[in-house]
Amino acid sequence: MATTTKLGFIVQRPPYKSENPKLALTHAIASQSVEVYLEDDDIVTCDVAFIGDGILNCIKDQKSQETYDLSSTESHVKMGLLCDLNILVCKEDLDKFGMTESDIVMDAEEFGADVTIQVVPYDAITKMMEEMNHLLFF
Amino acid sequence: MGKLTIGCFASLVGSLNLDFTLKLAGAALDKGHKVDLWVSGNGTMLSIKDQRAFKDYSSLAKPLQELMEKGLNITACEACAEARGYNKDNTMEGVKRHSMDWYLASTFDADRVLHIGGE
Repeated sequence: MATTTKLGFIVQRPPYKSENPKLALTHAIASQSVEVYLEDDDIVTCDVAFIGDGILNCIKDQKSQETYDLSSTESHVKMGLLCDLNILVCKEDLDKFGMTESDIVMDAEEFGADVTIQVVPYDAITKMMEEMNHLLFF
Repeated sequence: MGKLTIGCFASLVGSLNLDFTLKLAGAALDKGHKVDLWVSGNGTMLSIKDQRAFKDYSSLAKPLQELMEKGLNITACEACAEARGYNKDNTMEGVKRHSMDWYLASTFDADRVLHIGGE
């Protein structure tokens, strides 16, 4: 019988100050190839939620490539969307920073991604967390 | 008995998170549980061989070796290690190296997952 293990990645730290947010995304994206280790039809799914300072990872037009010759956290978020990850951003924390949806990455149409980021109240993130088998805080 | 998967992203020197991780892994193994340990980011520093012990710094090569003898299954993130110049030749014997999907796969049948983030 096929089984699904659900992992929730909660990103609370800002980008570039530490490696954590990018590692959260690269690990979540790795769910695309996890089946090589599992029995047929067994899967691991990863949902990602940006909360607190973590929402700053989603700011648009990051310049890390020009400044540090480093791929941006923004590009990792877009790659996550391309991989159909469920990515949530906390609405209250966006408000707290005086930001709106127009300030953050909402889609990755240029990569051909079908899914978009969902800006949701913290209650919705709490609900997502309750549905997960395990939570990983970054 | 259960299975515990621990992911640790903190560095060997400059943090005591890896020290705590090995203490916890040892306690779980002593109780008969299976323990998978994934080290990623700066945590891959734990996998380097020929660590020299100083009193002022965390020194975990010996306890790690003892835990592996008790059955600890430890894997380092290959990309994180290579990015830091930790290659296959300077990896401690018994430490495996895989890509990040190994960690996710380990969580699949884990009874508990404890993720200890980096600095």
